[in-house]
Amino acid sequence: MALPDARTQLPQVLQRDMRYLPGSLDRLALFLLVGFFLLVPPFLGDYWLKGILVPMLILSIAALGLNVLTGYAGLISLGQAAFMAIGAFAGVIAYGRYGIPIPLTLLLAGLTAALVGAVVGTPSLRIKGLYLLVATLAAQFIIVWTIQRVPWIGAASMVTINTPPVFIGAWEIDTALEQYYFSLAVAAVLTLFAWNLTRSRVGRAWMAIRDHDVAARVMGISMLRYKLLAFMVSAFYGGIAGALVVFAWVGAANVQEYELELSIQLLGMIIIGGLGSILGSYLGAAFIALLPIAISIGMHNLYGIVGGEIVSAAVLANAEHVVFGVLIVLFLIFEPLGLAHIWRRFSSRFEFRLGSAVRT
Amino acid sequence: MNDLIYGIELTITGLLIGSMYSMVALGFVLIFKASSVFNFAQGAMTLFAALTLVGLIPMVGFWVALLLTVGVMGGVAVFAERAIFRPLVGAEPLVIFVATLGLAFILEGSAQIFWGTQPHGLKLGLPVEPLMIGGVFVSMPDFISALAAAFFVILLVLFFHKTRIGLGLRAIADDHVAAQSMGIQLRKVWTIVWVLAGIVALAAGMLWGARIGVHFAMSLIALKALPVLIIGGIESIPGAIVAGLIVGVAEALGEGFIGPLVGGGVQDIMAYLVALLFLMFRPYGLFGEEMIERV
Repeated sequence: MALPDARTQLPQVLQRDMRYLPGSLDRLALFLLVGFFLLVPPFLGDYWLKGILVPMLILSIAALGLNVLTGYAGLISLGQAAFMAIGAFAGVIAYGRYGIPIPLTLLLAGLTAALVGAVVGTPSLRIKGLYLLVATLAAQFIIVWTIQRVPWIGAASMVTINTPPVFIGAWEIDTALEQYYFSLAVAAVLTLFAWNLTRSRVGRAWMAIRDHDVAARVMGISMLRYKLLAFMVSAFYGGIAGALVVFAWVGAANVQEYELELSIQLLGMIIIGGLGSILGSYLGAAFIALLPIAISIGMHNLYGIVGGEIVSAAVLANAEHVVFGVLIVLFLIFEPLGLAHIWRRFSSRFEFRLGSAVRT
Repeated sequence: MNDLIYGIELTITGLLIGSMYSMVALGFVLIFKASSVFNFAQGAMTLFAALTLVGLIPMVGFWVALLLTVGVMGGVAVFAERAIFRPLVGAEPLVIFVATLGLAFILEGSAQIFWGTQPHGLKLGLPVEPLMIGGVFVSMPDFISALAAAFFVILLVLFFHKTRIGLGLRAIADDHVAAQSMGIQLRKVWTIVWVLAGIVALAAGMLWGARIGVHFAMSLIALKALPVLIIGGIESIPGAIVAGLIVGVAEALGEGFIGPLVGGGVQDIMAYLVALLFLMFRPYGLFGEEMIERV
């Protein structure tokens, strides 16, 4: 079989690129995933829902936001957890203190974070790389510190603010299953939004900035508008994720959950999952959410074999750190585009086989 | 008048602590200059070194433990260079930075799995009576630590400027292709840089360990050194030294005078506030080189 001419292939490639889901295997996978997320959870126990699926969805949203900033616009940030903190406290104050309806509260939490995100993003107009990284790190510390110090917020250190029972209209969200579907609905809307945004003019502008910011500017892309927009969208997602932590998972806002370590973990998620990929944000979050369980099972089996004592929580936590670090390094060296790229390679190889089978 | 003396005391305390920041920041600058790697794992290396040292002291005594720890840190450095940074040669600086984040997690985790998570004291047998100079209290351990830090700083600068290896490091930093064509072995130099980073980590670990004890919070020292670098300029040795002192004083004064008004904890963010000011008005720091962007 002669190889097809590259020129006749090009329009097809472009067409393929413009579709939401390039291949039939992608469509099948999405179908199965949606089916799983809609239909299977009622049969899972509370442990799976509260311990794995809900946190996974929430972290996916935060990671998705970070991926918009880092993966698409090429601006690295170590401050995503702080935006989650803003969302959490904006949410708990809006709903708990002023009784604003939950959908509006979520929006408000996202917008508050986005507003702060715009401020945090301003240094990105002058500086980049490591310098910008330190600016976001500064934002992480200063935001968390401020939340603890401003009396109006009411979060002196060590104190959590509980949320009153969560109602959307007359529907009370109190069981784990309801919390799961609530998170799923929010995640679905935000994912569709990001999916379209990254494929639009805005997304193309971000990628141009990521690939070469000076060249992008020469082409007439406004740095002010698109860099700040990237920071705002990223913070918006972080804020909503933070509010979901309060309303759909923990039931309280606690500033200590949003320390630097969470920001680093979110960065790790998008590296492992795939920079500049929506799918990657989910794969990375799922991977990190499942990792502690895998490690715990693995360690217990290991100790079972060598006949040691029961594994302590501290050792487990530290083993998680080691595995997390090793994974980041391995992905950077061997698969810099992450799990999403592994999937893309697999599915396009499958498509190719299918295609050549049909043609011959 | 009381406020003045209080202010002077705080300034001196700040300078003494700042000298230790300078030392840690200097470790960053040296590695950055020689390999343009921004080593986030420096704090984790500090923790790793200090935990290894206090873990070994009861077994073999101080001096043997110190020697062994130097050996261990050398091993860690060679491992990091071989396994992590050599495969990433030529990658973007930010990618390598994230790799050092990974290394930080690996080192923190494995040190605490191996030596446990309990905090340890580290007694170096230093005198504890405070000095009185003209009615101003100066903490003796801080004073000695500052002297030791100053000694290390001088040693590092001399090494960098006066020895053959230091010359190689600077040549590599300047233009690694030209340096290699002159017969300087990039790999060898990088290994040396990492071993150096390990030794700086050990020194910092000892000084901080004697001051605050050896525990997890030690790895946070890297987070203090980052703003120091921004203030001083990432590639400037005098910048790191001056900025370390500035941050130390700013923290001490901030905690002493502003802290009581806002409920304390000012020293946790002071360095970052100062760094933000610099990022806004003088992004390349006090003595940094302004980067030129080519299209």
